[in-house]
Amino acid sequence: MTLLQIRLIIAAAIACLVAAPFVLNPFSITLLNYIGIYALAAIGLALLTGVGGIVSFGQAAFVGVAAYSTAWATALNGYSPWLGLVLAVILTCSVAAILGFVTLRLGGHFLSLSTVAWGLAIAFLFGNIDGLGQHNGISGIPPISIGRVALVESWQIYFLIWTIVVAILLLCYNLLDSRIGRAMRALRGGNTLVESLGISAFQIKLLTFVIAAFFGALSGWLYAHLGRFVSPGPFEAGMGIEYLMMAMVGGAGSILGGVIGAAIVTLLKNAVQDYLPLIARGASGQLEIVAFSALFILFLQRARQGIVPFLSSFLPGMKLSRPQAAAPLPRREQPPPGTLLLKVSEAQRRFGGLIAVNNVSFEVKSGEILGLIGPNGAGKTTMFNLLTGALRANSGEIAFAGRSITRDQQFHIARSGISRTFQHVKLRPRMTLLDNVLLGTYSRTRTGLFAGALRLNQAEEASARYEALQQLERVGLGDKPFELAGNLPLGNQRVLEIARALAADPTLLVLDEPAAGLRRQEKLKLAELLRSLRADHLTILLVEHDMEFVMSLVDRIVVLDFGSKLCEGEPAAIRSDARVQEAYLGGVA
Amino acid sequence: MTADIAAILAIDGIATGAVYALVAIGTVLIFTVTRVIFIPFGDIAAFTALTLAALDAKQLPGTVGLVVVLACMACLMEVVSLARAGELRAVPKAILGYLVLPLIVVGIVWLTMRFNPPMPVRIVLALLLIMPISPLLDRIVFRPIADASVLLLLTVSVALHFALVGLGLLFFGPEGVRTEPLTSMALEIAGVHVSGQTILILTAALVFSGLLLLFFDFTLLGKALRATAFNRTGARLMGIRPARAGTIAYLLGSLMAGVSGILIAPVNTIFYDSGFLLGLKAFVGAIVGGMTSYPGAALGAFGVGILESFASFQSSTLKDVIVFSLLIPILLWRSLASHHSEEEVEE
Repeated sequence: MTLLQIRLIIAAAIACLVAAPFVLNPFSITLLNYIGIYALAAIGLALLTGVGGIVSFGQAAFVGVAAYSTAWATALNGYSPWLGLVLAVILTCSVAAILGFVTLRLGGHFLSLSTVAWGLAIAFLFGNIDGLGQHNGISGIPPISIGRVALVESWQIYFLIWTIVVAILLLCYNLLDSRIGRAMRALRGGNTLVESLGISAFQIKLLTFVIAAFFGALSGWLYAHLGRFVSPGPFEAGMGIEYLMMAMVGGAGSILGGVIGAAIVTLLKNAVQDYLPLIARGASGQLEIVAFSALFILFLQRARQGIVPFLSSFLPGMKLSRPQAAAPLPRREQPPPGTLLLKVSEAQRRFGGLIAVNNVSFEVKSGEILGLIGPNGAGKTTMFNLLTGALRANSGEIAFAGRSITRDQQFHIARSGISRTFQHVKLRPRMTLLDNVLLGTYSRTRTGLFAGALRLNQAEEASARYEALQQLERVGLGDKPFELAGNLPLGNQRVLEIARALAADPTLLVLDEPAAGLRRQEKLKLAELLRSLRADHLTILLVEHDMEFVMSLVDRIVVLDFGSKLCEGEPAAIRSDARVQEAYLGGVA
Repeated sequence: MTADIAAILAIDGIATGAVYALVAIGTVLIFTVTRVIFIPFGDIAAFTALTLAALDAKQLPGTVGLVVVLACMACLMEVVSLARAGELRAVPKAILGYLVLPLIVVGIVWLTMRFNPPMPVRIVLALLLIMPISPLLDRIVFRPIADASVLLLLTVSVALHFALVGLGLLFFGPEGVRTEPLTSMALEIAGVHVSGQTILILTAALVFSGLLLLFFDFTLLGKALRATAFNRTGARLMGIRPARAGTIAYLLGSLMAGVSGILIAPVNTIFYDSGFLLGLKAFVGAIVGGMTSYPGAALGAFGVGILESFASFQSSTLKDVIVFSLLIPILLWRSLASHHSEEEVEE
């Protein structure tokens, strides 16, 4: 599909939304109002859970904080609903920021469990605070007024709700196609990947978390002023899982999925309420939740992908145009060839009683390719992790470009000019080649959240896209920039990782077993690529197993054995070194 | 707060903690063997209490209907999946395991009920009736996605809890129950009144966790379960079927949850939805043990019980808020203590 076709579809959808109140009966409009309100909370979750991979059961609590804030401000204290909105947003986002700050360092399911915990705790609070009406809730919430018009009728607030929904959708799509959004989309690849790109995973997670809460706050504010009444019920754990269901049914990775999911779940619920009493008289209330949970479980078992991704696989693919030439991104000043770039002195790392790296020292000079080799268990990977900050050294010192990086966090090290690749390829398989490489430009670009969401970043974005295309061309993958990364064969995936690393304009490129699992032809091409990079004065540190590959390529070799440095020298000298032969082949009997 | 009150609160807390400990140990057992964080576990405990109350009142417990429905579903799913795999020879065994066995249990309960059995028999009946539920749920809900991420299993588990709450209301009705006390004996220890129920709770908790320990250390089946918990693939290579190990874990876990339900029923009024909070609090305890350590889980559960007891003295309305807020620092401490390399990601 072309951009024009997509714009036409969007225009048609908006036209339908505008026409709806003039065609539909009041009940349907009320239903649409609730769909819009739930959609806002579900879009937040789609962003947090679908894009960011953080499963939260607590979204309902955020909606509740906002609804209660505005109810407190307007019904109990007589302020304007707009002031209620400000209070709701500030309070909800602050609560989210604090909770996120405390919990977002937790891994996987522990994080999700914490959302159950604070979700419950907040819901309990609503029912137990005297000033908030306890279990009776707060009634008499005034309607929202725009100018002198009070939005009392459901068709009036309908326009407000759906304007907000459409605006949020557009902002989200813009955001996800910008620098910060790409970082969010990378979160599912794991912390090591994200940090290796110079992105602080924690910062991005916190940002995503607060944005999701912000959407929840909008939803809660509208909810309070639509129903004109709040009570603890709609913000309890059950609703938390319902929001999750909306986001996942719609297609967790898709923002539009939040809206579609909210519509399906709300309509389904409505239908269930209509028809269940016919099947089981008197027991419909109980059966409703059973039917719903059962459907959700069935969905999670059978069709996790969700509706929007399923449907869009039938649509013709987007026709995207290749990035045009643009002003280049700023480049790092490379040190002159031959200067000392990386200095490892007496680095040691222990795991309990095992000393994986034992007082290893070596240096890397600018412009050379250094190979770090050794038999299995020699401590190569541990050394690699120390260099990139994935592990901390117990003692010793690692200095890069004259500055100690021993205690730096991974993303700081990445930003200071060390780019890495992974032994087990870490790409975002559902993102295009171009987007994967664009991730590498993160540390060279500046666009923030708002600039990205409002598309104020076009000049920088064009430069970044052109840079990414150039790096793809440099490694020989420039012919299909819009292919999905997951469709590439392993050899090309490794090369794509190198392109991504190059897009960060590194001073030092560290490669973790780049030849592992490659066929002979692929290895030869890879060696050729690395030689061409050296010709461009890039410094490369290579951890490798494949002797033939290393010997034919590198300038110098450092050999590790049992955690200690065995020797160091030029390939020919290493090849004839008796100690190295013994380490690899066993002692001469 | 005087020392007397503190002592009473502490004893109360220890008793509650012992109940949580049983559920927490069951949670850890199931998590380590199947990787499922079984949120509905508290519901199983609550259902046991409701079953016992129904038996006391000489009514056919709602559990009977629940077991029959689940057994039919599980059996149907198993037979269909066997038929699809072309393993028709295994069908009779599947019908026996998933349909006939639970129905026999139901039959036993139905028959025995006519003879007005004494209390101990009723307790055994209640436990018998509750034990098939989680293995059947496992077959219906978790087996088809046994290899999914912990996160997905958790999401399913939460959804399953809500389904069970709905079923609970359907099968047991909205009335709360409180069963008759198991003992009216009481003791005076160092000037503090200790009820027989408290002692019974503690003894039961010790006996059942002790039995579990013996089972793990001295039986082949127990060792097979531990092996599965340690490494599923490795266990499978050694001829242990993870699915079977899972079923046994669910059976044992249900027994623990059932016992805790019976112990708490004379002390607290139990409703069809009381299980959620019970389960979650036990769960806070299990997390103290990192979801993997039995002693850690038990200790954590006692901690939660004591904290809850003191918190309810300070502010009875906010005690749950306090307990759940506590989970966050515990989780933080756990995540700092355990270094997990890379979270599993699902594309």
